[in-house]
Amino acid sequence: QKNGISNGTLNKKTFIEHFEQAPMYVAVLTFLGFGVGTIFGYLRDFMRAWGLEKRNIATEREQQKDFVPLYQDFENFYTRNLYMRIRDNWNRPICSVPGPQFDLMERVTDDYNWTFRFTGRTIKNVINMGSYNYLGFAETDVNALKTVTIELQKYGTGICSTRQEMGTLDKHVELEKLVANFLGVEDAMVFGMGFATNSMNIPALVGKGCLILSDELNHTSLILGARLSRATIRIFKHNNIQSLEKLLRDAIIYGQPRTHRAWRKIIILVEGIYSMEGSIVRLPEIVSLKKKYKAYLYLDEAHSIGAVGATGRGVVEYFGMSPDDVDVLMGTFTKSFGAAGGYIAGKKDLVDFLRTHSHSAVYATSMCPPVAEQIIRAMKCLMGLDGTTQGLQRVRQLGKNTRYFRRRLHEMGFIIYGNDDSPVVPLLLYMPGKIGAFARRMLEKNIGVVVVGFPATPITESRARFCVSAAHTREMLDTVLNALDELGDFLHLKYSRYSKSAHPELYEETRLELED
Amino acid sequence: FFSQIDVHLELEERLAKFMRTEEAIIYSYGFATIASAIPAYSKRGDIVFVDEAACFAIQKGLQASRSNIKLFKHNDMADLERLLKEQETEDQKNPRKARVTRRFIVVEGLYMNTGDVCPLPELIKLKYKYKVRIFLEESLSFGVLGEHGRGITEHFGINIDDIDLISANMENSLASIGGFCCGRSFIIDHQRLSGQGYCFSASLPPLLAAAAIEALNIMEDNPDIFQTLRAKCERIHKALQGISGLKVVGESFSPALHLQLEESCGSRENDVKLLKRVVDYCMNSGIALTQARYLDKEEKCLPPPSIRVVITVEQTEQELDKAASLLKEAAQSVLN
Repeated sequence: QKNGISNGTLNKKTFIEHFEQAPMYVAVLTFLGFGVGTIFGYLRDFMRAWGLEKRNIATEREQQKDFVPLYQDFENFYTRNLYMRIRDNWNRPICSVPGPQFDLMERVTDDYNWTFRFTGRTIKNVINMGSYNYLGFAETDVNALKTVTIELQKYGTGICSTRQEMGTLDKHVELEKLVANFLGVEDAMVFGMGFATNSMNIPALVGKGCLILSDELNHTSLILGARLSRATIRIFKHNNIQSLEKLLRDAIIYGQPRTHRAWRKIIILVEGIYSMEGSIVRLPEIVSLKKKYKAYLYLDEAHSIGAVGATGRGVVEYFGMSPDDVDVLMGTFTKSFGAAGGYIAGKKDLVDFLRTHSHSAVYATSMCPPVAEQIIRAMKCLMGLDGTTQGLQRVRQLGKNTRYFRRRLHEMGFIIYGNDDSPVVPLLLYMPGKIGAFARRMLEKNIGVVVVGFPATPITESRARFCVSAAHTREMLDTVLNALDELGDFLHLKYSRYSKSAHPELYEETRLELED
Repeated sequence: FFSQIDVHLELEERLAKFMRTEEAIIYSYGFATIASAIPAYSKRGDIVFVDEAACFAIQKGLQASRSNIKLFKHNDMADLERLLKEQETEDQKNPRKARVTRRFIVVEGLYMNTGDVCPLPELIKLKYKYKVRIFLEESLSFGVLGEHGRGITEHFGINIDDIDLISANMENSLASIGGFCCGRSFIIDHQRLSGQGYCFSASLPPLLAAAAIEALNIMEDNPDIFQTLRAKCERIHKALQGISGLKVVGESFSPALHLQLEESCGSRENDVKLLKRVVDYCMNSGIALTQARYLDKEEKCLPPPSIRVVITVEQTEQELDKAASLLKEAAQSVLN
């Protein structure tokens, strides 16, 4: 039971988001770096075409040489020349649970990243800053997973049927009730895959003659769902309320493009936390816009469920709003609950409609029972139904870790994007050469990071993305921060032009004293 | 990003070795497998020839790819050849464009909506004659057809390299969750960067990958279960013939058959209600059956309403006979 909201202060949270721009010389050097890469790419292609250099990639069959080529040469230009050089930083296989630390399989390349081979050794206890393990539920503690093993022995792994035919088990019903209870809504429905939840339910909810207003930086699953629904899609600038309001007003005043009839439905697609930027959606403003113009709101809480909010119930709780304000609450269980799958929650009529009309209910298999049991156990722990306060402790620990990590990175002088409360921390690298160097050197120091470049991000804004977890201890975070400090000086990554606070100078002075 | 575990690598290797191809790639959801594989190769402006009875996942994959889709009648090679000839005459009018439009045929090994197989040898001949690539979807035939369960290529004795891409569901025969695509490295490697269901989604939980490996072990160690399964399928196919009012649709060796009404009662709704009464009668007497479900408004070619009968290799012969006789009884009492 919470106290009511006091008079006059609807939104007490201060909303601090940073999107600092780097100095101009950085942008120039980035473009120069890509230009040099492209020139060398053309040179290598030329040499390969004339046989001066070996072709290392797989080629088409002899019998099918006169078929229309499967890939255009230009599409693969970027992959062949720029991505291949730093390819060893992605798709690294691990051989343990992706908890706060994991074991990495060591892999070397003999021919500059065209092929890899495993040496058979494993690098142990690499600190994991890349997995979406926000509440630390990716664990192999036997006590914790007891119920999951019981369910595995009772139900097995396969369902072999769809929800509407034979695939609805009592476990699914239990899970759906629990999810609805957790979020504070009337009903919920669970699906087997997070990506598929979006791409199969948005077409069921909207169709031709409807309007979808989606954020610039929405995830591919939302974009795919919107395209498959055959509705008209208009894009507003990222988290920009003026842009959204203008689009809404135009939509209502002018109606559909040629007939000028009113739109059948207007639906706004936003995400709770955007995974590449680390920014949180401006929910109170969007809800007030939606009420004023009578549109519907679809909130994708893939990263924010379990990670923000006082008790981990997502952005709706973070802003102190009621879940009735959002029409469709969608989320995934992959990130904070250590399982797989997605859910859609909302009013009972909505969920009943989806049970009959969702593509996933009719054609795709349902979630498998041990995974459902893992989610049930994690959710019960989070809500405190298992008798301990472990759930709440995890959420608080995550909040503490996030704030500490971000504060220290700011003090050191890196450029960080995103809201101060989001556990996704993108650190800007900008130049293509630094992407490879950063990831490799961090691995040498036994820290695993995720780096992202073009095409997932704009071409000048490559970044390293850290995911803070509740399972990280203060020592682990300090190790990472010290390594980042060293590396930042070595690679000149500290682009921030904000003046630093007085504290770091005191910190350094004490260090000098100790060295004496 | 750190989501590939050694179990996944092992599963990919085992699948590639089992299917005797160069490489395999694992997806975490069966529906997403074919729905992401098709748009990775076929873009706007390419041409895809699809069978009418293709399943919904294929239809969604085609919709996402924005290519030109040409439907040909179910299992009708003459119709397909006619469409290919039309395409050839179009090409001769505009040779520059023809040199860059890719062409694909998408077929299923064992069709889920009708229970019959596609005539693969003729398709291979058409492939080389008209220079079209073949994508084969083997959700129902993987682990069922062929001497060792390798699917329809083994059933017809075709060289697996002739098929460009084989995509299958692990949710039917392997009783796990997920799907895989296998083929030559030239083709499969492209999906690692451009398959949407692979790059933008979480990977398979290791529990399910290990379950799939175990299932593969069982399949490799006991190659006679396929023979047993086929014998049981033939048995039930024969036993279900001659039920008054219901006709059996499907090949004799297909483990998923459809029972459709011989004469429809006018509207689809009434058919569905009648079949529901048959299913309820059987449920009350101890046999679990289900009607095949479709989304009425979204399918391109809606199959007629039917009851789906599925067999597993673990059911004994007495159980199968009992099931067949119960179905006869149910049909008698409800339809007459």
